[in-house]
Amino acid sequence: MADEKPKEKPREMKAQVTVPYEMAMGRNWHRFFENLKEERIMGTKCGKCSRVFIPPRSFCPRCFEDNEEWVEIGQEGTIETWCYSNLMFYGQTLKPPFIAVQVHLDGTDVGLQHRIAGFDLSDFEKVRELVKSGGRVRVVWNKEKKGNIFDIDYFELIPE
Amino acid sequence: MTKEYGTIVNTVVLPYRWALGQTWTRFFDGLKEEKIYGTRCGTCGKVFVPAKTFCPDCYSDLDDWMDVSQEGTLKSWTLVRKSHFGQVRQPPYALGLIRLDGTDCEFIHFLGGVDWSDMQNAREKLKAGARVKAAWSKEKHADIHDISCFEPLKS
Amino acid sequence: MGRAVAVIGTGQTRHGRRNDVSYPDLVREAVRMALEDAGITPKDIEGVVSGTMPSMMEGISDTHLYFAEALCEVGKPVLKVESCGSTGQSIAHCGFYWVASGMADLVLVVGMEKMFEGDGQATMSTVADPWFLKPFSAGAPGVFTMQAMEWMHRFNIPEDKAHEAAAFISVTHHDSALDNPYAHIKIKIGMDEAKNAPIITYPVRLLDVCPTSDGACAVILASEEMAKKIGRKPAWIRGLGFRGEEFFYGESNKSIWPSATEAAKHAYEQAGIRDPLKELDVAEIYNPFTYQEMIFYECFGFCPRGKAPDYVLEGKFNRTGELPCDPSGGVLCTNPIGASGLIRLAEATLQVTGKAGARQIEGAELALSHAMGGIDQFNGVTIVGAKL
Repeated sequence: MADEKPKEKPREMKAQVTVPYEMAMGRNWHRFFENLKEERIMGTKCGKCSRVFIPPRSFCPRCFEDNEEWVEIGQEGTIETWCYSNLMFYGQTLKPPFIAVQVHLDGTDVGLQHRIAGFDLSDFEKVRELVKSGGRVRVVWNKEKKGNIFDIDYFELIPE
Repeated sequence: MTKEYGTIVNTVVLPYRWALGQTWTRFFDGLKEEKIYGTRCGTCGKVFVPAKTFCPDCYSDLDDWMDVSQEGTLKSWTLVRKSHFGQVRQPPYALGLIRLDGTDCEFIHFLGGVDWSDMQNAREKLKAGARVKAAWSKEKHADIHDISCFEPLKS
Repeated sequence: MGRAVAVIGTGQTRHGRRNDVSYPDLVREAVRMALEDAGITPKDIEGVVSGTMPSMMEGISDTHLYFAEALCEVGKPVLKVESCGSTGQSIAHCGFYWVASGMADLVLVVGMEKMFEGDGQATMSTVADPWFLKPFSAGAPGVFTMQAMEWMHRFNIPEDKAHEAAAFISVTHHDSALDNPYAHIKIKIGMDEAKNAPIITYPVRLLDVCPTSDGACAVILASEEMAKKIGRKPAWIRGLGFRGEEFFYGESNKSIWPSATEAAKHAYEQAGIRDPLKELDVAEIYNPFTYQEMIFYECFGFCPRGKAPDYVLEGKFNRTGELPCDPSGGVLCTNPIGASGLIRLAEATLQVTGKAGARQIEGAELALSHAMGGIDQFNGVTIVGAKL
């Protein structure tokens, strides 16, 4: 009996794994998000190399020193790079199409990840006419504040 | 006084489709028909349940399939009372380490047929070395739960 | 560098959609092949290193426990190393340190992935922190596209030229994969198809990106003494390098990619290579995206910064060019992530030992293998040669 070949081809077992987390923000990010609620963007500065970070790192990744100094950051910046996303995947936060952007906010020394919005994104040919690396952008605040990165709703293009 | 900082709640939900391969497909097909299959190593003679594709000691393919006894011996057990997120069954429930007759390894499954409100009696029935037998679920899905649990053999 | 270390056996599965086998059985397929190639048995192995993407990829944590039998680990010392895409190189390096240190003579290194069992992009997004990076995740395509855009902008590369070069690379590699019995994607495409494929994340298109694949790769590392005793043709590890950058994307300049540049430089120094374009015979580069592949050419010193598209269009990196890159088809055609970085080493080994079959580059004696991991965060390089 046990010599019979299997009647069907090998199967798959479908499953879903759900794992809940609650992560501590710590002092720095807590302060950063509290400030966002008040429409202020705060970064930290390394006492040794003077680089200004946003999000505000608690220590400088290169000098490995604590970043004690907080500085207020401007709300305009330059597009360092961007991409137009057409890609759907399970559990993604932003639904396509959306524009992911790396913004160099004035006064900082690193790029911040966010999104560009405020106009029709459905035709990427039109989008690529408008969005260019090196272009200027400005923060648009979310009317509803929750103390997370989307208190900045998006970055809008500043026309030349 | 400790200052409290914010937290972020982040639940990760991910879908999967695990390939069973030939061996486990065939093993689970057997369970659906209330048969427990093992595989036997041609080199060392060991019999494994659940069925394995290859012998862990000899590394050789296991092509010899056998219909294995549904009775066996309980090596160890525990009663679970604590809840945690994502448990398959609600506590209290018991897990047993079982070796089926004629096989050379143990596996874990649920234990049943015992009144957990009477722990003294439960311990008597489920001493290490107690004889147990597979009890089958009415509804079969070709997975390990087609065996509902192992119950002490009526002596 | 410690003692000399050789690669004396490699094994790969048929990569692709492998729902015909369970994950442990897939792993054993590669391990068995490597053992046969090296002419040894599981009992001869003295230590095992394995690695994969974060275990959420397949939903079973710490797979080096799950694969104990398949990896011949029972009763042996075991290490697991993960660095996302560069895992394959990380585990190779770990195996190298083990043998080079004198603590073992024969080490098994295995990388594996079963991407069809989970949701690749969703899992990869768990690498990003939930506060600042994950919200804007457009998956791996998003990251690599932003990098490509930054590179084109910084070096004033006209988009049309980059687009043309990317398509050229896609056609070349898909062609090469047809000669690779293990490759996943085997399709014949032309420039038109590559240039007009659907957009994923502008300007990256469907044929510019890798597939998700199931697969495993095993490699056996041996000391000089053991390699000579066993008598199989070895590929000697001549140099290695591994570098990491900061976690937050936006902190380093990914268009000049310090970690890729430095990792290669370190490996070249050890191997005594001064002019990689002339001295290397083959390069198996980690290339899930065609645009990104061009950035690697520049970081590895195969061409000046900003000039990769020109070199590509001149055919310098074809199978008949000055430095054939990814004659296996590369990651672009086969990507079981945990294995991919190690497959590059296995392919480089096959090249320098003359065992690469239809994809053999004639006379190859010195080859570079490489892998990249994280959000453009890590880069690892291993150089192998026919001579010690």
